[in-house]
Amino acid sequence: MESGYHIVVCGSLVPDPLQTLEPDVGPKGPALKNEMVLPSVLDPWAAHALYEAAHLAKEYAGSKVWLVSVGPKQRLQQLMMTVAQKAPFSFVPVDGSASGFCDPFETATALANAIGAIPDLDRSRLLLFGGYASASRDAGVTLQVVGEMLGITEVFLAVDSLSVSENGEISLLERVEGGNYLFSECDCPPLVVGWATGHLPEPPNNPQIGMANMRSIMPALQKAPQVQVGAEGVSFAKVELPQQQRTTRIVKDVPVEQIAGEIVAWIRG
Amino acid sequence: MLSSANGDSVMKTLPGDEIRQVQWRFSDRFDLQMLVQSARSVARGLVARLVASGARNTHEWTEEKAQMLTAFDEAGITSVFMDPEDGGYIEGPKNFALALLAFELAWVDGGAATGSLAGNLALEPIKEKGTEQQRSHYMKLCVPPAPGDTRKAWRGAFALTEPIPYVGVDTGVLGGKVGIARWNDGEEPILHVEKRGRFITNMGFANFVCAAVDSDDPRIKGSCMVILEEGDPGVFDRGTPTKKLVHQLSSTTDPVFSLDIPASRIIGGYSVKDGVIVPQWNHSQIIESVFRRTRVTVGLMTSAKLLSAIEPVIRYQRGRFRGGASGAEGTPRHDLGLQMKEDPLHRLIDVWATGEASASLGFATARLFDEFDPLERETERLLGDLNVAPGRAQMRTMMEAQKRAIQFLEESAKPESGRYSTGVASLPDDTLVRFAITDAITNVLCPATKLWNTGHGANMMREAVSLMGGYGITEDCPGFLGMKWMDAQLEATYEGPEAVQRRQLSVTMANELFLTIFRGWIREMRGIASEYPETGACTLASAMELWLWSLTYLLEGKDADGRPLFKDQRQGVTFPMADALSWLLASRCQILDTIELAARGAERGLDAEALPGYVRFFSDLCHVQAARAAGETSRVCSLLVYGYNRHPGWKDEGACLTDEELVSAESLIPGSAAGVAGTADSIGADGTRATKAGPCAGHEGLETFQRLQKRLHACLSGSALAKDRAARALTSVSIPEALDYPA
Repeated sequence: MESGYHIVVCGSLVPDPLQTLEPDVGPKGPALKNEMVLPSVLDPWAAHALYEAAHLAKEYAGSKVWLVSVGPKQRLQQLMMTVAQKAPFSFVPVDGSASGFCDPFETATALANAIGAIPDLDRSRLLLFGGYASASRDAGVTLQVVGEMLGITEVFLAVDSLSVSENGEISLLERVEGGNYLFSECDCPPLVVGWATGHLPEPPNNPQIGMANMRSIMPALQKAPQVQVGAEGVSFAKVELPQQQRTTRIVKDVPVEQIAGEIVAWIRG
Repeated sequence: MLSSANGDSVMKTLPGDEIRQVQWRFSDRFDLQMLVQSARSVARGLVARLVASGARNTHEWTEEKAQMLTAFDEAGITSVFMDPEDGGYIEGPKNFALALLAFELAWVDGGAATGSLAGNLALEPIKEKGTEQQRSHYMKLCVPPAPGDTRKAWRGAFALTEPIPYVGVDTGVLGGKVGIARWNDGEEPILHVEKRGRFITNMGFANFVCAAVDSDDPRIKGSCMVILEEGDPGVFDRGTPTKKLVHQLSSTTDPVFSLDIPASRIIGGYSVKDGVIVPQWNHSQIIESVFRRTRVTVGLMTSAKLLSAIEPVIRYQRGRFRGGASGAEGTPRHDLGLQMKEDPLHRLIDVWATGEASASLGFATARLFDEFDPLERETERLLGDLNVAPGRAQMRTMMEAQKRAIQFLEESAKPESGRYSTGVASLPDDTLVRFAITDAITNVLCPATKLWNTGHGANMMREAVSLMGGYGITEDCPGFLGMKWMDAQLEATYEGPEAVQRRQLSVTMANELFLTIFRGWIREMRGIASEYPETGACTLASAMELWLWSLTYLLEGKDADGRPLFKDQRQGVTFPMADALSWLLASRCQILDTIELAARGAERGLDAEALPGYVRFFSDLCHVQAARAAGETSRVCSLLVYGYNRHPGWKDEGACLTDEELVSAESLIPGSAAGVAGTADSIGADGTRATKAGPCAGHEGLETFQRLQKRLHACLSGSALAKDRAARALTSVSIPEALDYPA
């Protein structure tokens, strides 16, 4: 019997959080101003999921990682120049919009179709990873819908820890109210894991890993299927940024306690 | 076409990686794109944190600074220099890769970049001129260990020629000695090395040192470079840290070595002739091959500083009045701040244009070296196959190749050839001709990059700092601009200060082959101007013509005392011409990069809606820079062409007409005196004359110069409009809310 996990990570690009993000109405509906030319990064929640996936794959021989992304092909290619250096994975790109204004159901459909088309994917060993939230859209539903479409019923959200016992049982810690964790155990895959931040640091870039990944990434990008994802039939009454929350301060040498104190003081008004 | 499609387009955001990849020609090199991202994460992560936390405030090599070495190893920065068979991951020449690396690191801190590059500098002599055994041995020692490997990677330092007490002297002045300690029959000689280094980078932790030494023993011929190791018997004293004002993130000390080493450590090996050890390479030959390449990366370090200043200055300008008593949100004073005024915008455009031009020049040179490296090796092989011995025979062969090269270029220049490019790709399939042409270009571009990028770059960094007001000279200045200004001055100094570069240029720029190439570049700029007039290519072409005419005049001309003008020791003539040329070359490269963006941006997948705005803006920057280069060239050429003629005085014979001569002339031709009398250049009947130095200077023989200069001045038309347009773009371009590194 083959061992290890088949880990599929769903995640795509979002505008660099440092950029000024200004809602705008374009010819195809709501968008961010200059969205197509803003620098982008891998959605931070999805990035955590990828690092956790790579860590798990390294721990369990025979495991394999796929990263499935819906986004504009050219921009995904640019994104891979960083992301591909972080961990070994196979890339499954889908050429479509990564806008935060897309209907999650449409994005989930594109993702589920792409995952369904991965050759040699063993669903009995499948761990479907992704962010439980997103820097561009915080509805937190896309991953659950993908799981539903793939027929996976075990769903865990806001996960910070996943461990495997000697007999193969999977334990998970999910964030719940009040800073507590919900502890769950699961006999075996398949399951959906929507990651919070996990506990792993961002791996350093390693161009050698990147070069190895790029051998499969470039052909995959060239063959990426085009999909139409958007928000057809949805009308946005109003789109605006919470201005107060966009006030960015750059500080240095400030202890964690002081930062926490300032946040508490701000919340209390 | 630029002129039609991009007329009203505006740059929406600061140029990102996609734009740079097209401009600097690495959009199809994923290995380099990854390297950029990797180096950036170290620079804007660990390195920036070190600078922000005050790690530059000590000269010592500390544990926290040493973290950079691990970060360099993990991020693949250390192994960029190595070939895949030695543990690296980039195939082929590495000049461009190292240039990008230096650029990324120097974007945050020049010392971090220097520390990284110095490790390569130590390996460079071994790589370029070492024996196969030396090369393999030291490369493998220096490649970072793979995960799970407990081996500790070696680090190297490069100790050149600096005798105590001064720093940075002529490479011919050696400060180290080598003699024979023991030479037993049938055994390898043991050498004794005495060397005191000054300002040696990486010396705080280096495990080995490549040192230049001169023989003080009749049994060793000339000079050479040797490899000293930490465990060699004798003294390996790292010395005291140098009290640098700059680049404090790199380790620099004044080491002392008194060591016995086997003769096999002579870089490149040796032979024994009549009982004398004859090194394969003397130290000058090795140094020449090393510095020829590494100087380009130094030039790019200053370019990075200039371009890194743009975003923080814009942010400062816009936010200057926010939080004050006046200027409520939504008012121009609140939203635009200092950008309401023309001057700060114009000055920032000058900084930006300089940064673009210097980056274009540096990267073009680095790319050319990547083409030159295999060509150089192929030429060495070919000359060997042809049994052309080094020395005079080789010089004769290359002179013939140079003649063929000139002939080829002149043929290509004829209208029927239909080409205006002198790019390497269009050269004939004659290795020696290709080598001669590429060599002639690199011999000029390399010193020009080092000279102009760092020298003029340091001046413009001062301008950038000034745009931040008092904030600019504080440790809290975003982007560390004050530190970068200081760092730029070191970059203008180390690896060959400005005078060394000017001296090299004064020789190489007068090479007939280069001048033939340069004529081709003038035609190239005219050709570009006809398609892309907004770039200022025509202005530049006119300036290049003026420079070329002036050089030709100076090469043959004499001063008022009959002394030749263009001579090695006449640096008042040669050096300014070298400076002026560097301005022109930088502007040319900038224009070529903008044309590349315009021509290939769409096919490289750049956003079709945004691309015209970038092209428009970069074209305007080109025009601004071309006009500045033209002005500088005009100033320098005027000074030199006129400046060595003596101004006529009132008493000089024949300089002007006196009363008597006027009377005499009147008697011969009635009425003729009326045309002269009373003019500024005549002396009146009572001896009075105009209040000035003398009659106006004549310009016999300089009519062509005047025509070219007049044309050049008229060619400046439109350049100020371009500056206005570029300045307006600065007021609307979107910038991130904060720098992406702590500063």
